[in-house]
This record gives sequence, structure tokens and C-alpha cells, in this order.
Amino acid sequence: MSEAVPRKLKVATVSLAGCFGCHMSFLDIDEYLFELLDKIEFDRSPLTDLKHCGPCDIGLVEGGVCNAENVHVLREFRRQCKTLIALGACAINGGLPAQRNHLDIGHCLQAVYLSRPGLAGGHVPDDPELPLPLDKVHPIHEVVRVDYFLPGCPPTGEAIWRFLSDLIAGRTPRLDYPMLHFD
Amino acid sequence: MVTDAVVTDADLALESILDRYGRWPTHLLQMLIAAQELDGWLPPARITRLATALGLPRARVEGVAGFYSFLYLRPVGRYRVLFSDNIIERMQGSQALMAALAARLWVEPGKVSEDGLVSVDTTSCIGMGDQGPAALVNGQPLTRLTRERVEAIGDLIRCGVPVADWPEEFFRVDDGVCRRDGLLGLAMAPGAALTAALARGREGWLAELEASRLRGRGGAGFTTAVKWLACRDAPDPHKVVVCNADEGEPGTFKDRVLLASRADLVFEGMTLAAWATGAREGFLYLRGEYRYLLPHLEAVLAGRRAAGLLGADIAGQAGFDFDIEIHLGAGAYVCGEESALLESLEGKRGTPRIRPPFPVTHGYLGRPTVVNNVETLAKTCLVALQGGAAFARTGTAQSTGTKLLSISGDCPRPGVYEFPFGVTLRQVLEACGAERTQAVQVGGASGVTLAPYEFDRRIAFEDVPTAGAFMIFDDQRDMFEVARNFVHFFAHESCGFCTPCRVGTALLKGYMDKLADGHGAYRDLAEIEWLDRLLKNASHCGLGSSAPNPVIDTLVKFRPAYERRLGRADFEPAFDLDGALARARQMTGRDDAGAHLSNAPEAQP
Ligand SMILES: Cc1cc2nc3c(=O)[nH]c(=O)nc-3n(C[C@H](O)[C@H](O)[C@H](O)COP(=O)(O)O)c2cc1C
Ligand code: SF4
Ligand code: SF4
Repeated sequence: MSEAVPRKLKVATVSLAGCFGCHMSFLDIDEYLFELLDKIEFDRSPLTDLKHCGPCDIGLVEGGVCNAENVHVLREFRRQCKTLIALGACAINGGLPAQRNHLDIGHCLQAVYLSRPGLAGGHVPDDPELPLPLDKVHPIHEVVRVDYFLPGCPPTGEAIWRFLSDLIAGRTPRLDYPMLHFD
Repeated sequence: MVTDAVVTDADLALESILDRYGRWPTHLLQMLIAAQELDGWLPPARITRLATALGLPRARVEGVAGFYSFLYLRPVGRYRVLFSDNIIERMQGSQALMAALAARLWVEPGKVSEDGLVSVDTTSCIGMGDQGPAALVNGQPLTRLTRERVEAIGDLIRCGVPVADWPEEFFRVDDGVCRRDGLLGLAMAPGAALTAALARGREGWLAELEASRLRGRGGAGFTTAVKWLACRDAPDPHKVVVCNADEGEPGTFKDRVLLASRADLVFEGMTLAAWATGAREGFLYLRGEYRYLLPHLEAVLAGRRAAGLLGADIAGQAGFDFDIEIHLGAGAYVCGEESALLESLEGKRGTPRIRPPFPVTHGYLGRPTVVNNVETLAKTCLVALQGGAAFARTGTAQSTGTKLLSISGDCPRPGVYEFPFGVTLRQVLEACGAERTQAVQVGGASGVTLAPYEFDRRIAFEDVPTAGAFMIFDDQRDMFEVARNFVHFFAHESCGFCTPCRVGTALLKGYMDKLADGHGAYRDLAEIEWLDRLLKNASHCGLGSSAPNPVIDTLVKFRPAYERRLGRADFEPAFDLDGALARARQMTGRDDAGAHLSNAPEAQP
């Protein structure tokens, strides 16, 4: 039997309504990144600047869903990725951006574009290029099916590394308590 | 800043409340309940004053007040109407009645009217399922609500008529006893059971109790004699007897009837427990919903003291000293769990303790404590009067005696029924005249849902155990809605102490609502089943571990009620995506293709 070189797994990542903190934490795995790059290659990701996602094995999503564009991107990820992971508190619960959920989005737009002091003759931008905000920020599992949840704000680099290496090796990811313990 | 210069009547009243409860921190909850009477709510200054007077951190006092549904840290209406929100009342039309009252009073449910006059809201089952729809107005139960009655109530509120002056008929609570057996048929002169037990001596009395094989009627079915013996044998000499009158399980109301009409049996049972264990202190923990029974219960206690059945040298027995104090709860189902109840009795938040140690060795203030249900205690009188062997002749091998059932729902004769253990569901349904029954929920929200093919099963610890609730659903009812109502109940009542239950009940509620809103997909059933397992296995107390019961049972026995609500897709978003853009469309005036989202997941941008 021939020793086939294992195919590199394709991984896509994206930040929706997040702060890029989860991505920064991902980069924090430092030298493991080299080890990782032996096993995976990146498709769409802020690291590659590709704008669309091709067929992938793993998709990592940071941030919740706050506007129409997020919905489209998230759906593309779900279509293209075999395994989809909610990365960090915002993707899992809506997180910080969801703090706006108790406010009326109409009043928010009004306060920012119409009634702010010093703002004369303002109007709410209506350019079709701009994605419309949803009335509330939602966790991603309310919009697409999600396979795994990796908690933390952000999850530590170590947790992300462990999670991915489990997935790549074909083990069900399992984080020890200290990696899930934040206070 | 608080202006201490002005001493108001309320300040003086608070001092007298402090004095009345001896300024003991154990009575903090009782003081908060009394202090709330002054303004209808607990203003910050009053919390501060209580904390200072008791030498407690302010956060502790506020934390206790914040735990209980019936204590308010913000102003509430002068009239507070709380509709009992169990599924039984919903079937009786409570939601429409609440909407009608709210509309008549120009108030949004859950909010206080702008003039501060009234608030209308829901509350967990208030134990009136056989005479609902029911509600509490400023703590007093209103029964048999109808459209006309609700309109009359609206007018009384608008005219500012004090609740005390409302028609008495509105507050009529019936015992509704429909079947009597050993306990409800008993006419006992106060003190008779005690005299019999004293005549046997401590050991003799405990031997009778053992022979009766009496088991607890509060749910868990623990053998009463074992509990009493363990308490008696615990090293600490300061024993305590507690009667659990929290009766919070939705659909249960038989303890209310015992308290209203057989209070002497209950107090005598407590005294029998004191005689067995050597306790000098007794407490009856009365759920806040039954506060209207307090004057009656206090009168019965006073009568017993006057008759020498409480106090010092009870029934002439030198050195047999025991008395009973009533503590009020304030709207927290979890306080029925015995260790949470003890926390609450100590004036704290009702958070269940870690066990062991068990209350029999470390209970109230760390003292050996017997906690028994109202019905269990009343039954000990029967044992004392007839002897253990006679008691054990009724019932089944592992469940001796009779059981009080609180029957409500779809049947012509709801009420309290006393049956010997071993009675089949079918016999019970026949007795109350139920027809076309599709399901019975036995044991309340945390109990079991039984389908017709199980109606020959028996009410007994060895088959279908129950604390007494027996809710009947005929073939017109939607069993998914039944389970969803119970899930809402648990999510509301979760004490929040442990994550699996705090988060798990909220997630379960979210999925049940997702299905109810028409956004369900097959995938959600898998999530629901996963949450059921999580709650069962990882919760700290019985509330969390039984919270998924109604869902587990109805998913097995009434699965089509769930499937009917699923879309064809494997996955559905949890909300209306396009609807979520409506407000932004309105603000921008946009209506282009990019300003819309399809709810079908495969749709392309
Ligand atoms: C969430 C929860 C609520 C409970 N509520 C009650 C109650 O309202 N009344 C009651 O007697 N027991 C209730 N119990 C059971 C008590 O913990 C305890 O088992 C019972 O009071 C013991 O009395 P018994 O041996 O006479 O049944 C509850 C248990 C749990 C877990
Ligand atoms: S989870 Fe934390 S780090 Fe990650 S996107 Fe949200 S706020 Fe940033
Ligand atoms: S299971 Fe629920 S009610 Fe019980 S301790 Fe945990 S949070 Fe509180």
C-alpha cells in the first residue's frame, strides 16, 4: 500500500459582528501556526483576503449576525463548509454587539444620523451598497446550523489550537475545564 | 442622599417590624415581606435601614429581596393582579381574561399603568386549579374568574375601591373535597392523636410509625420513620421540625385543603414529630400564595396553645416543650425543595444546598431537622390513632395508606380526592367523570405524562409516584402546548444557581418557542433531546433534573404534536429574517433586493 500524502484540509475564517479579537487570538498560537499550515490551507479568510469561500472542510465564524450581509456570508459558509464552528462569545451568544438589542434600531439610526447635535440636514444612508442592519443582533446558530461551539472572549490561542488539532485528527473536540474557565 | 432628619410613619413602622422579629437575621425574609406592606414595594432606603439594623451587608439584603417574585425593588401598582399561568388555567381561558382586564385598565401586561394605579401580569400556579381561572390581587386569591367578573374587577380598580371592600364572593375558595377516605373522613378532637402517642411512650410511638411504613407525600417518598429516627439520633440536641407547606408544584392544591380545613391534624402531626425526635422548635413554611390562610392558621395555633397542646409541658407531659412558628414564602417554587426551604427559613435566598449532609443531621441553622410535607404530617395522626399495622392495611406493599390527589383539567368534577394507594388512573378518571382523555399529567410539571395505553397503571411509589397533582387533558388539547407551558414554568422558576439549569431551561424554552412560532426544523428536535439529557444529568437539584420531564414524555408519546410544527427543511432560522430588516427599511426608505432576506436557507443573495 502506498503512503498517500494526506490532503491538506481547507479552512475558511470570517469575522461578522465581532471585533477581530478571536482572529487575533487565533494568530496567538504563534509557532503552532507553522505546524497547522502543514495540515491545512486557508480559503476565504482575513488572512488571505479572498472574498468568497470555496468548498471547505472547516469554517470558523467570529462574531454574531447584525446585518443582511452577515446573513449572506454566513449562509455561504454553511453551504461551503462541512464543519462550521462558532468561535467566541459573540458568535455563540451575540456578545457585546447584542447589547444594542434592548434599543430600537430605528431610534439608533435616528440618533446617529438625524438628531445628533451639529448634524444639519442629515439623512439615514440609503445606498443599496450598504447592508441594512437587523433589528437585533443574533447568535449564528439562529441563522444556520452550527456544528461546534468554542467559547471564550476570545477563546485562548491554546484552546483554538487544541480544538483544531482535535478536529484535524478526527477526534471529537473536547476542551479541559481550565480552558473553559474564565474568572 | 437619604434625608434622615424627617422620621416618617413608615420609618417608625419599620422599627416596629424589626422589633416584632427580634432583629434576628433569620427573620430577614419575614421582615422584608412585612416591610413591603408599607409602600407596596421596597424602596432603597428601606433596604439600607434593614441592612444597618441587622448588621448585614446591604447587598445581602437586596440579594434576598431580589430572589423572591413577590418582593418588589421597584414601585408597583397600587393594585397588583397576577393571573395564575398554569396550563390548566390557560385551558380555562386565563389569557383572554388577562388581556380583557389589561385592555379595560389601559395597561400593558407586565407593566405598571402610567398613573401607578395597577399592574397586570402572570404568576406560577397559585393552587386553585379546580376553581380557576384564578388570580391574586394584592396577594388575595380571586377564583372562578369570568368575563363579567373581570369587568367588575376592572371597575373596582378604576374606582379605587380597596380590595378589602370587594365582594366576598370573588374570594371564595372551596375545599372541593370529592372523595373521602381515612384522612379526610377523620373527625379528630384536637389532642387525641397526641394522647395516644404519649400513652405509648417515645419508643412505642416510633415503633408504630415504623410499622405503618408511612412514606413522604411531598414527592420523594422517603420513609418517614427513618427520617425521624435519623433526626432523633443525630448528636446535636437542638432538633427542629419543619412542615413543608410550599405546595408549588403546578396542579397541586391538596395541601391547601388540609391547611384550610384540617390544620389541627397538620399541627398535631408536627407535634407528634417533636415528641418522637425531641424537637422544641417547629416551623411551618407557608407559600406566599397561601398567605390568605395565615390568620386562620394563627388562630388554630393559638387555640392549641390555649388547650395545652403547644408550649410547655404539652398535654401534661413534663418537659415536653414545643411550639410552632409560621414563616411565609414569597413566590419561589424552588423553596419547596427541602434544603432551599431551610435556606429561606434562615432568611436567605432559596438556593438548594449541597447534600450530604442531609437536613436530618444538618438542617435549620445546622440543627438536626425533620422536613415533612403537610399531608405526611397529617397522616401521622392516623397512625397514632389506629396504630401502624392498621394504617398499613390500606394501600399497596410499598405504598401504605391513602393519597390525596388534586384533580384538575378536563373533567366535570375537579377537586381533591382521597384514594387508597394502588388505584389505577382509569379508576380515578372514572371517579371524576373524565371522558375522551388523551393524557394525564401525574405529579405536576415535574411528573410524568401518561397516555391512554398506560391508564391501567397504579398510583403508588412502585408504579406511578406522585406528590398529588393529576391534570387531565382531553383529545382536543395540544400536548405540545402543555409541555411548552411547563418548560416556561421551569425557566421562570430556575433559581439560577447552577449553569446547566439556568442556561438549559432558557435554551429549552427558546427551542419550544421556536417551534411554536413556526420556525421549527428537524434539527431542533435533536437539540431539544440533547438539552433534555443535559438538564437531567448535570443539574444541581431536582428542579433542573425534572425540568425536561414533560418534554421527554410528550416527545415519546405525542411526537406528532411536535412534528406538525416542523418545516420541511432540516434547519430553519430562529426568527423571521426579512421581518428583522423591516425597521431599517422603514428608516432608510429602501425596498431594493438587497433590503430583503429570504427565510429559505438555500436562497442566493
Ligand atoms: C423543586 C422541588 C420542589 C419541591 N416542592 C415541594 C413542595 O412544594 N412541597 C413538599 O412537600 N415537597 C416538595 N419537594 C420535596 C421536598 O424536597 C422534600 O422531599 C419533602 O418536603 C419531604 O417531605 P416528605 O418526606 O413528607 O415527602 C420539592 C422538591 C423539589 C426538588
Ligand atoms: S468573542 Fe470577544 S474577542 Fe471574539 S469577537 Fe466577540 S468580543 Fe471580540
Ligand atoms: S437545578 Fe436549577 S433550581 Fe436547582 S440549583 Fe440549579 S439553577 Fe437552582
